[in-house]
Amino acid sequence: MDIIQGVLNGDTRSIAKLITLIEERSPKANEILKQLFRFTGNAITIGITGPPGAGKSSIINQLAKKFRNKNKKVGIIAIDPTSPFTGGTLLGDRIRMQDLTLDEGIYIRSMGSRGKLGGLSQASYDAVKVLDAAGMDYIIIETVGVGQSEVDIIRLADIVVLVLVPGMGDDVQAIKAGVMEIGDIFVVNKSDIDGSDRLVNEIRMNLELNPKKSSFKPPVIKTVATTGEGIETLDETINQVYHELSINGIISDRRKQHAQQELQELIKDFYLKKINSSFPAEIIAYTEKILKKEIDPYSAANAILEKEE
Amino acid sequence: MTDAKPIRVLIAKPGLDGHDRGAKVVARALRDSGMEVIYTGLRQTPEQIVETAIQEDVQVIGLSILSGAHNFLFPKVMELLNKKNVQDILVIAGGVIPDEDIPLLKEVGIREIFTPGTPTSDIVNFIKNNVKNNVDDEN
Repeated sequence: MDIIQGVLNGDTRSIAKLITLIEERSPKANEILKQLFRFTGNAITIGITGPPGAGKSSIINQLAKKFRNKNKKVGIIAIDPTSPFTGGTLLGDRIRMQDLTLDEGIYIRSMGSRGKLGGLSQASYDAVKVLDAAGMDYIIIETVGVGQSEVDIIRLADIVVLVLVPGMGDDVQAIKAGVMEIGDIFVVNKSDIDGSDRLVNEIRMNLELNPKKSSFKPPVIKTVATTGEGIETLDETINQVYHELSINGIISDRRKQHAQQELQELIKDFYLKKINSSFPAEIIAYTEKILKKEIDPYSAANAILEKEE
Repeated sequence: MTDAKPIRVLIAKPGLDGHDRGAKVVARALRDSGMEVIYTGLRQTPEQIVETAIQEDVQVIGLSILSGAHNFLFPKVMELLNKKNVQDILVIAGGVIPDEDIPLLKEVGIREIFTPGTPTSDIVNFIKNNVKNNVDDEN
């Protein structure tokens, strides 16, 4: 089967093969994506992020079932870290999603972060487009387990769900910058253990202090993903929040930003590739000069760019 | 440092046995040799294994079993792969498997069986020597 037609028909093998081409940065992938682009933009994309072991995969497992009850098709991209030393990776998110494997309305793909440090992989952006073109109603992106500053998910998802668990530090953690700012919905998972009410209060207080005069206040929800407790509420909340953010124009603002960032990234990549292939000798020569302190890196970059012009 | 085309491997435990120490040791060794290893946990049905392999577009499936049900479960995995017309995946296996069962398992398409005591480097080398890394040439 033609891979483009296959993806549009929702054929699993075509989707899987295309995502591999994207991950390998095959030029063929770009040609196919050009054809598929006009079929994208229909899915709701949900980013699930939070620290390692917070229960992101377990929540997705439960949430996907709720979406399926409404007969919606679900694509899931689950990212785990790639070793900076060997390039290898252990992708274990599917362990918590075993219930979903044989559901024909669900496609799950595990990805290594492959050198990206913001919680996503380079290929995840285009993989979302593939799942979108394949007719998924919801696309869930699970980031690597994040620390405090991996916030790339806001460049990809329509809405972000931040999953936290009790016992990860004092109340100052809740007012730090970074991931604590990116949640449209806060989930306190494992809420059957001690300290969950306190964490909920700390998150709420932090949200109250937000100086931005916006009518939207991110909801805070308690869940126990292993039993499914609170997942019904999470499902309803996701739809409410998506609806609210659509009406006040935030979703379309975000999509506009995503498109602009993607365009700028592509220009940067394209330009760097061009410079690298036009002036390989100059780049080596200038690197040597920088090491010998004969020139500073700022002037060296300018000198090479001037040659291009 | 990093390979643009790491080999993708599914490590799966079919059937009811609950021991995955060996599977984890192998998964870790493959990870350390630069592969992307998908581990799906315990108690997978052959149907789940085959569907996962297709969704993840792996080049290798490694089956691990200690329960003694290999003569039933391994051929079942191969049968499902054939039924789905998947011919480009290298299937290998490991675990407690008596020597006399090995010829039959190879006959149904398991390319190599690694029994207890095998150095993990043998498994890594076997995969590296036998995977056709030619995604670009297909389709």
